[in-house]
Order: sequence, then structure tokens, then C-alpha cells
Amino acid sequence: MSSEWPLWEIFIRGQHGLNHRHVGSLHAPDAEMAVKHARDVYTRRNEGVSIWVVPSNAITASSPSEKGPLFEPSNAKVYRHPTFFDIPDEVGKM
Amino acid sequence: MSVALDLDVALFEGLCRLGDSTLVLGHRVSEWCGHAPVLEEDIALANVALDLIGQTQMWLGLAGEVEGKGRDADALAFRRDVWDFRNLLLVERPNGDFGQTLMRQFLFDAWHQPMLKALEGSGDPRIAAIAAKAGREVAYHLERSADLVIRLGDGTAESHTRMQSALDRLWPYTGEMMMADDTDRALAEAGIMPAPDSIRPQWEALVTEVLSEATLKTPDQGFMHKGGKQGTHSEHLGHMLATMQWLQRAYPDATW
Amino acid sequence: MYAQMVKSEASNDDPALLAAFQARIDAGEKIEPKEWMPEGYRKTLIRQIGQHAHSEIVGQLPEGNWITRAPTLERKAILLAKVQDEAGHGLYLYCAAETLGVSRDELTEALLSGKMKYSSIFNYPTLTWADMGAVGWLVDGAAIMNQVPLQRTSFGPYARAMVRICKEESFHQRQGYDIMMKMARGTPEQKAMAQDALNRFWYPSLMMFGPSDKDSVHSAQSMAWKIKMNTNDELRQKFVDQTVPQAEYLGLTIPDPAVKWNEEKGGYDFSEPDWTEFFEVIKGNGPCNAERIEARQKAWEDGAWFRDGLMAHAAKQRTAQVAAE
Repeated sequence: MSSEWPLWEIFIRGQHGLNHRHVGSLHAPDAEMAVKHARDVYTRRNEGVSIWVVPSNAITASSPSEKGPLFEPSNAKVYRHPTFFDIPDEVGKM
Repeated sequence: MSVALDLDVALFEGLCRLGDSTLVLGHRVSEWCGHAPVLEEDIALANVALDLIGQTQMWLGLAGEVEGKGRDADALAFRRDVWDFRNLLLVERPNGDFGQTLMRQFLFDAWHQPMLKALEGSGDPRIAAIAAKAGREVAYHLERSADLVIRLGDGTAESHTRMQSALDRLWPYTGEMMMADDTDRALAEAGIMPAPDSIRPQWEALVTEVLSEATLKTPDQGFMHKGGKQGTHSEHLGHMLATMQWLQRAYPDATW
Repeated sequence: MYAQMVKSEASNDDPALLAAFQARIDAGEKIEPKEWMPEGYRKTLIRQIGQHAHSEIVGQLPEGNWITRAPTLERKAILLAKVQDEAGHGLYLYCAAETLGVSRDELTEALLSGKMKYSSIFNYPTLTWADMGAVGWLVDGAAIMNQVPLQRTSFGPYARAMVRICKEESFHQRQGYDIMMKMARGTPEQKAMAQDALNRFWYPSLMMFGPSDKDSVHSAQSMAWKIKMNTNDELRQKFVDQTVPQAEYLGLTIPDPAVKWNEEKGGYDFSEPDWTEFFEVIKGNGPCNAERIEARQKAWEDGAWFRDGLMAHAAKQRTAQVAAE
């Protein structure tokens, strides 16, 4: 019977030297593959980033609510950005 | 006939060999989209396919420029028939199971990476520039595919068997990457592209190391298929092109 | 919507706790996974986020159907990137659901066994290239209507996943409209394809919002919990009001003669979709239900050896490491 790949929490430092930030989670069989998956899923292989992966079950959380982390802008291929497509003004906001 | 080939003709051929191989492999990899064994892998594979399609645009774009007949990358990709395709036979092999897909990727990446490295030193600056950009992408493809081959080769009994069988099936298609013909020799002499044979030591070293770590046995058979680079393909390519080119062929007057 | 007709669960919790919880939601606070929440809130969210995630995953298939036939290299890359995003969205959403104590494998198995649903829209076939335009323009357009307000939903992980998803979705709708523009201004055949795609996807898109829920208790509870932000009718009206002028710009005709501007309500009048068809599709009788689930089952079953192989390797490495220490 199959057992599920463990869950990892992903932290990424962008190119501007800010602290690592929590960007989300994913599944991977071990830490090394979690880093690779994080690169594919959360950075779309944007150069110059640093990735930390932590097993989700190794995180100890405080109980009261804390404000959630914001998300990194996804810096990907140009066509991922809405401005790649020219939508005429007459059509309105999209 | 040993008349020196017209260098531009050879260059066009050489660029089609690179661009058609990335096109055909990119297409094959994209066939997995939505069907991969796990979401993370689905996303990773799409990245590989996207890189390969992007490289195709660069290689075939330059090929069209060199040819000078007004054909762009799309015209070359979508309006040539099988005999004009110059991709390696390896990349047109059907996906098979996921193990065959990964093994095909690894055997190709292990050639592609040193090939691009050598092309960075091309006497043609346009080629050097494309190779530099593609090289960064392919270094990651190789890291990924080599890692997965090792893990699956040395995983469960089933994953080992599947990877060994994938290797045995694909092995006879690897020799073509390192076989030279007149086109290759002309380009190598002109300092535009490396001699195919010069890639062999790096390819062999890498493949031997990874297969051994993967506990896989290198097939000892020496027979190698050839012909893709000259336009003699397997039956599979025609079916792929029938799918890929269908819209362009069915509606030749349309722009998309 | 991507999560249609989600039934809310009743809660048998302490009324004082429930009142305090509701007060937090009313004050606009985010509920985080480790915090106390009513059992009904948790179960409803698992159902809703799970359905939303399943829709993203099954939603890869109708568009994936055209990746190998895309007419140019650029269109192929764009479509592939878009379908890849959908896998990503599914992944973010499964992770959000997992914070509520359910595993991705459990959710996957519930999808494959038919216990959990996905959006009705993905059971319709994509027959021509114009459908890639229509899906992006209409289906993603409809999804965005729902997802933008969900960025303010009360459950923190869900809201954060939606923020990321909305950022990526905007390119999806625009690429769809871009295809429609090319088709609508192309050859007579291309224009006919564009109209045909609109004809086929119009009513299924309206169905995405689900039947009217203005009198539904489930809906009222979900809205109180801020895991549903608008009624189905509100969103459907908004979608029609946005889409009709976009169709006019393309020179295409909405396949509903009743579509007419209503000055009084400040929106368009339009016909209801055929809800009998909707319920049949939900039950499994849509044109592609069987193929969609079969494709997902095949991916899951054929991939088992791969997932297991990697787990086995990771376990071996750990053992070797321990032995070496």
C-alpha cells in the first residue's frame, strides 16, 4: 500500500535580499526533492533565489492568530503576465 | 562526394537538428500535461517542455534567418513534412511509461548539456548566445532527470525493473547523438558547432556515473539506430506531426 | 462555480464558542488552522476547498486536449503555461485543505471514487481551437468572478491561496480573449468556429455559478461564515453584464435572444440555463464525465510505482545516513 509523500513548508528569499518568506507547501519524498519541487512550483526557476524547506510536522506554531505571510510575486515567462495581451480599451477591464 | 558543403546549407541543417530535437522532445513531454503521476511532477515537466519550446523558437528562428527564404520558426515547425525533420530518433520515441519518459530525458540531457556548453564557444555569436541561454535551462533539466533516474533505479524492485527496461529499450537510440556526417564535419571545421564525437567522453562519463549510482546495468549491445539527423525517421514522427501540424495544414490561410 | 452546491455542515458546538467565533468573523479576522473552529465550518471548508482543487485538476484536461495541436509555438507555450498554472492552483488549494486535517491522498481518492465533485463545466468537450479562447474568456472569466471576493474569505490559508491564484488567473482570461479576437477577425471559418464555441460554452458557463441559492440555508450559513461571499445569482448577473459587451466587441452573438439591457435593474436580462441538464452533468451524465475521471484514475494508478519508488529511495537514504552517523 502506498504511503503519501510528506508535506513540506516552503520559504523563499527573493532577489532583493529580503528575509525568507513562507510561500506555501508541497509534497516531496525528501528534503532535496522538496527543494526541486519548490523551485518548479513556487519560483518557476527564477534565478537568484534561495529556498528553505521544512517538514510541516517540524513546525511549532504559536496558538493565537498571526497575520499570514504575503506572497512573492511570481516572476515567470512574460506571457504569464496579463499585460502581455493587448485587450482594447473598448472591451473594458479584464 | 567530398565537395565542401555550402556552409549556409550546412548551418541550416545543423540548426534544424537542434531545433527539431527540442521541438519533438518538447512536444512529447507536453503530452504528459495533466496526466503525470503527481502534481509536483506535472508542474516540473511542464517547465521542461516550456524551456524546450522556447529553445525551438530560437533555433528554428535562426535557421529560417540563415535560410533566407522568409520562413520563420512556425513555418519550419508546422509546414515541413517528416523527411525534412532533422531531430534525433531518441526524442521521437513514444512516452511509454513514466520511467521511459524520464530515461529518454536523461539520456538526451546528458548529451544536450555538454553540447550546449560547447556551442557557447561557437564562432557564430548568434549560436553562442542561444546556447548560453538554453544551457542554463538544460543544466537544471539534467540535474532533475539524473536525480530521478538514480532514485527510481535504486527505489523499489518495480521501479528498478521499469528503469532497467526503459534503458534497454532506449539505449540503441543514443549512438546517433555522437555520429558525424558531412554536415557535422563541415560545421566543426568551420568552428561553428562541435564535432559530435567530441561530446562522447562527457556523455559517457556522466551516463556511467549516474547509471551506476542508480544500480542499473549499461546495456552491452553495440548496435545503434541512425537516420533521424538525415530525415529518415521512425513511423512515430509522422503521427506526431499529423497532430501537431493539423490546424496549420487544415486552415492554411488562417493566422492564429 | 469551481465549488458548486457545497452543502454546509451543522455544528453541535457550545453556543458561547460559536458566538465568539462568529464575532471574530464579523470583525473581519482571519481564522487560522490551529485555532478553534466549529466542526461544521471545518467540514464545509474541506468540502469546498477540495471541490475547488479537484476542479483545477480536472480542469487541466479539456485544455490539455489542445496542447499538442496548438497552431503556433507561442500559442503552444502559452496554453501549456496556463494548464500548468491550473496544476499549481490545484496544488495550492489541496495544501490549504490539508491544514484542516485531511490529506491530499484522501481528497484524491474521494475524487476518483466519485464521492467528491468537481465543477460541471469541465465535463464539456473542447472541439475546436476556438474553444481554447472560449474557455479562457468565459470559464476563467466566470471563475474570477467568484475567486476575487474569495481572497477575503475568513479562512486564512484559503484566502492566501486565492490571492496567489487570482494573480495568475488574470492572464488566463486575457489569453482566452486574445484567441477569440484573432478568431473573430480571422477567416470566415475561424469566425464560425468562434461563434460555435460561444454557442456551446455560454449556458454551461452560466451553470458554473450553480442554481439560484437565495433561499438556501446552506448558502446562508456559508455566507455568515464568509466562505461564500456572494449569492450565485449576484455573480451570474455580474458575469453576464461583463460578458455581453465583450461579445459585442468581438462581433459575436450571445446564443440567447432574451439578452437585453434592462435600464431599471442596471443589468442585462437573460434566460436561465437548462437546470435539468446541469443536474444530469453533476450526476455523471455530461458528455465527458467518464473520460475525465478515467484520465485522472489512470494518472493516479499508473503513477503509483513512481511515487512509491521515490519514497523507497528516500527511506534507503535515511537509513544509510543513520548507519553512517
